[in-house]
Amino acid sequence: MTTTLDPPTSTTVASRSSIAARPTVDHLDLLEAHAIFIMREVAAECERPVLLFSGGKDSAVLLRVAEKAFRPGRLPFPVMHIDTGHNFPEVIDFRDRRVAELGERLLIASVQESIDTGRVADPGHGGMRNRLQTTALLDAITAHGFDACIGGARRDEDKARAKERVLSFRDAFGQWDPKRQRPELWQLYSGQVGPGEHLRAFPLSDWTELDIWQYIEREAIELPSIYYAHRRSVIERDGMLLAESEWVAPRPGEASYEETVRFRTVGDATCTGAVRSEASTVERIIHEVAISRVSERGATRADDRFSETSMEDRKREGYF
Amino acid sequence: MAAIADGTDAVVEAGGKSGRGSDADVSRGAAGQPVMDLLRFAAVGSVDDGKSTLIGRLLHDTKQLFDDQIEAIEAASRRRGIDGMDLSFVTDGLRAEREQGITIDVAYRYAATPTRKFVIADCPGHVQYTRNMATGASTADLALVVVDAPKGLREQTRRHVCIAALLGVRHLIVAANKMDQIDWDQSAYDRVVTEMAHLSERLGVVSCTVIPVSALHGDNVADRTHAALWYDGPTILEALEQAPAGEWAGVQGTHRGSGARLPVQWVLRQPGGGRTYAGMINGGPLRPGGEVVVLPSGQRSKVTAVETLDGPLGEAAVGLSVSVQLADDVDVSRGDLLAAADDLPDVVTQLVATVCWFDRKPLVAGAQYRIKHTTRVTPARIVSVDARLDVNRLELLPADSLGENDIGTVTISVASPLAVDPYHRNRITGSFVVIDPTTNGTVAAGMVGLPDLTPPDEDPASLVDHA
Repeated sequence: MTTTLDPPTSTTVASRSSIAARPTVDHLDLLEAHAIFIMREVAAECERPVLLFSGGKDSAVLLRVAEKAFRPGRLPFPVMHIDTGHNFPEVIDFRDRRVAELGERLLIASVQESIDTGRVADPGHGGMRNRLQTTALLDAITAHGFDACIGGARRDEDKARAKERVLSFRDAFGQWDPKRQRPELWQLYSGQVGPGEHLRAFPLSDWTELDIWQYIEREAIELPSIYYAHRRSVIERDGMLLAESEWVAPRPGEASYEETVRFRTVGDATCTGAVRSEASTVERIIHEVAISRVSERGATRADDRFSETSMEDRKREGYF
Repeated sequence: MAAIADGTDAVVEAGGKSGRGSDADVSRGAAGQPVMDLLRFAAVGSVDDGKSTLIGRLLHDTKQLFDDQIEAIEAASRRRGIDGMDLSFVTDGLRAEREQGITIDVAYRYAATPTRKFVIADCPGHVQYTRNMATGASTADLALVVVDAPKGLREQTRRHVCIAALLGVRHLIVAANKMDQIDWDQSAYDRVVTEMAHLSERLGVVSCTVIPVSALHGDNVADRTHAALWYDGPTILEALEQAPAGEWAGVQGTHRGSGARLPVQWVLRQPGGGRTYAGMINGGPLRPGGEVVVLPSGQRSKVTAVETLDGPLGEAAVGLSVSVQLADDVDVSRGDLLAAADDLPDVVTQLVATVCWFDRKPLVAGAQYRIKHTTRVTPARIVSVDARLDVNRLELLPADSLGENDIGTVTISVASPLAVDPYHRNRITGSFVVIDPTTNGTVAAGMVGLPDLTPPDEDPASLVDHA
């Protein structure tokens, strides 16, 4: 054994040459391999997993990883969309086409149905439905008896997500208790839960927004067109650019106008903002993301602006 | 982090063109993809010694924080009557953490230079959250040990260094923090160096770089300080950029010495009627033509192909998820291990292991648990608790039970045979978790074999706290 300790005047650290060597396995290879590993563990250890697919970029990557994990076989779980009813048509087209291409089964859990059956209060025409997804999701988990939901959430998105395990336990009420998370050592993911309990599994936990885009470029993954720069009629509200739609119309004092924009995230159309951008290709988006000064959710999500801990509060209730 | 021009020279630019907001020049390899390696490190050490503040400082000064994140941290600081920014809020994101000013669970943050991606685990310092610290350190290539230099190493610092070393972390960067409080008195720094030298030697640490810093003011974190002219070693950032990456999984070829291993996760049925066995490679690369033994059954076969969805590989590197086709029609299912025939693990039904115990209920002989080892889950029984580790003296003392957060050695028998390597040879086949079958909770981290402790070569009194 050699212990190198550094006296104040001469420091020994690993020589530069040891890292200058070009790695044969790069960071994307390792992130992909880890995500495949997690997905296979969840599929093997859980009785009834489901993969959550919103049609967004992270869930498109998640589906690609699922193919890598299980092809040439079928995916050992269905694909489920929690549908707020306030959708971008391009995203729904993409969702249906992508699942059909894969030949997999799509389940849709509808927030509109939760409203119609009185499970949640109607926020009114154009009212924000993001938080209401929790009820639709938990009801679907109960109805189908799912014991694991595989989602595309990343730890770099939010400070509460940054604290969450790869396999995150939910009690019989669907709640996350951030003060009592299970230890998660090495890559030994334990998928066992009791009756009524379930897990959320996040294979993309360690990916950043930039990693996602680099992987989309490398794998030539198709995305809904709204991720790329396009002309659109928008309304400026609360510092965000909302797309004018059947649910979002100018309020008194507001005006809609044409702008070249793209979406950095895709969610409920009433609370997902667009960003001004000329980035019309993956390569340009990678450049844009690399130099961005505003975080992904900061730029695009009105639902995170309510309080300091809005994501933590929603997650405690059972949100994604 | 700060821009590195060409991967040969660390340049910390003052203000402006580095990190976020700069025109990132992402170097690209032959295939047009960025060539980046991955360094995972865990910030460890005692509560209130400044781990979260140091990580916050590092991310802030290397411009890895977004403007809206900075605004949110400033607003949260103001609400709590703090002038400017409380940098610990960068990672202490939970309501309860900000209320109490402590870290409860690991926060993961990410940073990148053009040639390296960093995965940062900011671990809690409190004894009661040791399980969360172990979670963060279990996947780390390197530990960033934060010490309150005026106060010296505490028992909890030793516990963390000890756990990190037992978990196989062999490289330490030590931040001798709060040097500003004692006017950058070199003797306090020297004392940390001496204490860490003893600890490192006893724990088999390979490299240990001690750096005098002030996380609060940003001295020697990303930017060099002029306050300590007696020090001309690296800053924290420089040390992180120069550390070897991929130690954890042996990705860069510095693996711990076992042959190739493939724990089978899933069996894939191929269209022609054949099967391939899917899993993640560890220990060493696997190649077509390689002789393997299926364990625990002991059947021999040969690898005929290493498959991925993108096509077959001539060699499956450590850390990759692949599926393997064998020449013979052997019985292989999830939980089995394919191992290189020229270097086999031991197949055991009883083993001696080092464990970190996390449960309130003490660990005693006769208790029944489940063990997850690689992809196999088996019932297990504690045959005996053999010793407890005294983290101050670094000695194993006889014991017949382990309490919450104790480290000790035990003998365990398992219902189905396990193919194990000693932990120091392979972190995957040498590790397991203990699961309580009544709650499904993980109650211990286990490592095959006894802890690798070097006997002291000096008076053990030198290892006692200075505080």
